[in-house]
Amino acid sequence: MEVLSLLADGMLLSLQPLNLMMILIGVTVGLFIGAMPGLGSVNGVAILLPVTFLVPPGSAIIFLAAIYYGAMYGGAISSITLGIPGASTAVATTFDGRPLARQGKASLALVTAALASFVGGTVANILFTLFAPILATVALSFGPPEVFALMLLAFATFVGLGGDDIPKTVFSICFGLVLGAVGFDQISGAPRLVLFDYNGFLQGIGFLVLAIGVYGIGEMFWTIEQTRGDVTTTTPKMTAKGMAADTKEATKRGWKGTMIGSFLGFFVGILPAAGATPGSLMSYGVAKMVSRRPAEFGKGHPDGVAAPEAANNSASTGSMLPMLTLGIPGSPTTAILLGGMVIWGLVPGPRLFVDETEFVWGLIGSFYISNLAAVLMNLAFIPVFIWMLRMPFTILAPMIFVLSIAGGYAATRDMFDIWLMVGFGLGAFFLRKFDYPLAPAVLAIVLGPIAEPTLRQSLLLSSGDPSIFFTRPVAGPITIIALILIFLPGIKLVRRMRDKRKEPA
Amino acid sequence: MRVGEIVTAGFLALLSLYLMWKSTELPVGYIAGQGPGGGAWPFWLSGIMLICCGFTAFNWWRENTPASRSDAPLLDAYGWKMLLFVGGGIIGFVALVSIISMYGAIAVFLFYYMWFLGRHSLWLSLLIALVTPIAMFFFFEGAMRITMPSGLPFTDPVFNVLYDIIY
Repeated sequence: MEVLSLLADGMLLSLQPLNLMMILIGVTVGLFIGAMPGLGSVNGVAILLPVTFLVPPGSAIIFLAAIYYGAMYGGAISSITLGIPGASTAVATTFDGRPLARQGKASLALVTAALASFVGGTVANILFTLFAPILATVALSFGPPEVFALMLLAFATFVGLGGDDIPKTVFSICFGLVLGAVGFDQISGAPRLVLFDYNGFLQGIGFLVLAIGVYGIGEMFWTIEQTRGDVTTTTPKMTAKGMAADTKEATKRGWKGTMIGSFLGFFVGILPAAGATPGSLMSYGVAKMVSRRPAEFGKGHPDGVAAPEAANNSASTGSMLPMLTLGIPGSPTTAILLGGMVIWGLVPGPRLFVDETEFVWGLIGSFYISNLAAVLMNLAFIPVFIWMLRMPFTILAPMIFVLSIAGGYAATRDMFDIWLMVGFGLGAFFLRKFDYPLAPAVLAIVLGPIAEPTLRQSLLLSSGDPSIFFTRPVAGPITIIALILIFLPGIKLVRRMRDKRKEPA
Repeated sequence: MRVGEIVTAGFLALLSLYLMWKSTELPVGYIAGQGPGGGAWPFWLSGIMLICCGFTAFNWWRENTPASRSDAPLLDAYGWKMLLFVGGGIIGFVALVSIISMYGAIAVFLFYYMWFLGRHSLWLSLLIALVTPIAMFFFFEGAMRITMPSGLPFTDPVFNVLYDIIY
């Protein structure tokens, strides 16, 4: 009961005129920043951090949290309308969001994403409110072997994403992981894989370079070549009746994915090293696995949009938990929020809930209000977002190329990365011709820098004995499930081939 | 497509071998007291990539994949033309960034695409090609405080005028 009373106080605090204004501005700014390819919550929070020094710390963190929320909602917009994931957390949203938009159901995809994000955020807020201190302890018990096992589980779900050609899927995963290893060895600090001894590779290959190359440039080449430039423009439903029909369909066909994403996303989000990307990906994989129609995934299933969107929103709330309770940021954005808190004179950690009760509960209360404001703003702007899709393709296509190049530069500030992006785009176009799945490579480049150090630390802990991944109570079951998921498609394929051979010609 | 698939697999196998060789610049085995060497992770992953290329070649030989059974060309005349005009346009766009600035290159690329490839009217092409980079300037430089490449010094007078507006 005490929790509810504190939460009510917190909500009242966040509804004060200044705080409410901060929420509305933050959510709107975040929505548009998140919708730009190349810019995400981290850019919004970093750029607007100095603005927060003009208001009290409570209002400041509420403002930044509102930007974070808005940007998480906005990430889905470019994934669905343009097919370019603005941030790694929205990669999985493109798998079904883009096909839905191509079928003229962009409105359904956007409504599904908005509603799933809202439910994900709400579930996460409730879990956060009720179990924050307990969950922080669970998160802390995750050592390197557990985190690596979790990464292995994420890679296992990639195998399911790649389709029937398992060697090409595994190649794609490993290629993404190797690209993620370019630059410097994280542990020794020595230069590593400086390809062709070109110094530009010393800074590594960022996720956005590969993602914008594959999804922005490569995808556009593919679309132009496949459709001969004659892309059928969508006829989106922009009426209130159409939106109501989409809401009904999104609820009916996206609830399972939403539920999976909401809980799984939160759990993965609270782990200090993981965050929203593996959360959204794993949720997509699990939603596909438990679906009665897994074959529809990747072709435009609302569950395929709902699961990653619910998960990335849920995980973004979850990642606030280790930041507030332990002082450990779960993502780059929470790292900036943490920095802001320190500047405002607050000390994140276990004492924060005791010493700064008003601040903490004001923030938690603002999560609920921001989530509600973000879903309303998002739904209100859907007609604007789908208006973009009604543009002639010969205007939309060069705009997407321009956004890809300018957005890519804005994120990396390096022309070498832009050339790499163009190279990846052309490479992706040809690899796609031969059915190489590229989504696993894009996701692997994000998770590689988390997976490698945890593997090395684990093996160092066990003096090189890999049984450490099987003998620990949490890591063991996760590793076994991951290995089953990795080998299952192979076993199924061999069995199918054997059955085919047995069939009389 | 059939020839293309095995050529691609061969190229990717060579890339895997190169990455394996490059990884050996750092230790690839287990170092007592230090754990796996810095090159171990990319070395063994590249090794798995090489094995995957072997499986792809096997599938090609057994004609298990759609591409290995297809006699269709990789790209037809339209495909090559598209690659030349669109791909060439993008390469030209990126090359122009360091000469006439990001915004100048955006204007030239948009005009080229809409007028030459899209066959839109001259006025519409010019309007979009001029308004878009100006709007992007105010978004990136004014609102987001992100500085884009400004090209060679001859673009300075234009940027001075624009910077006077936002600062």
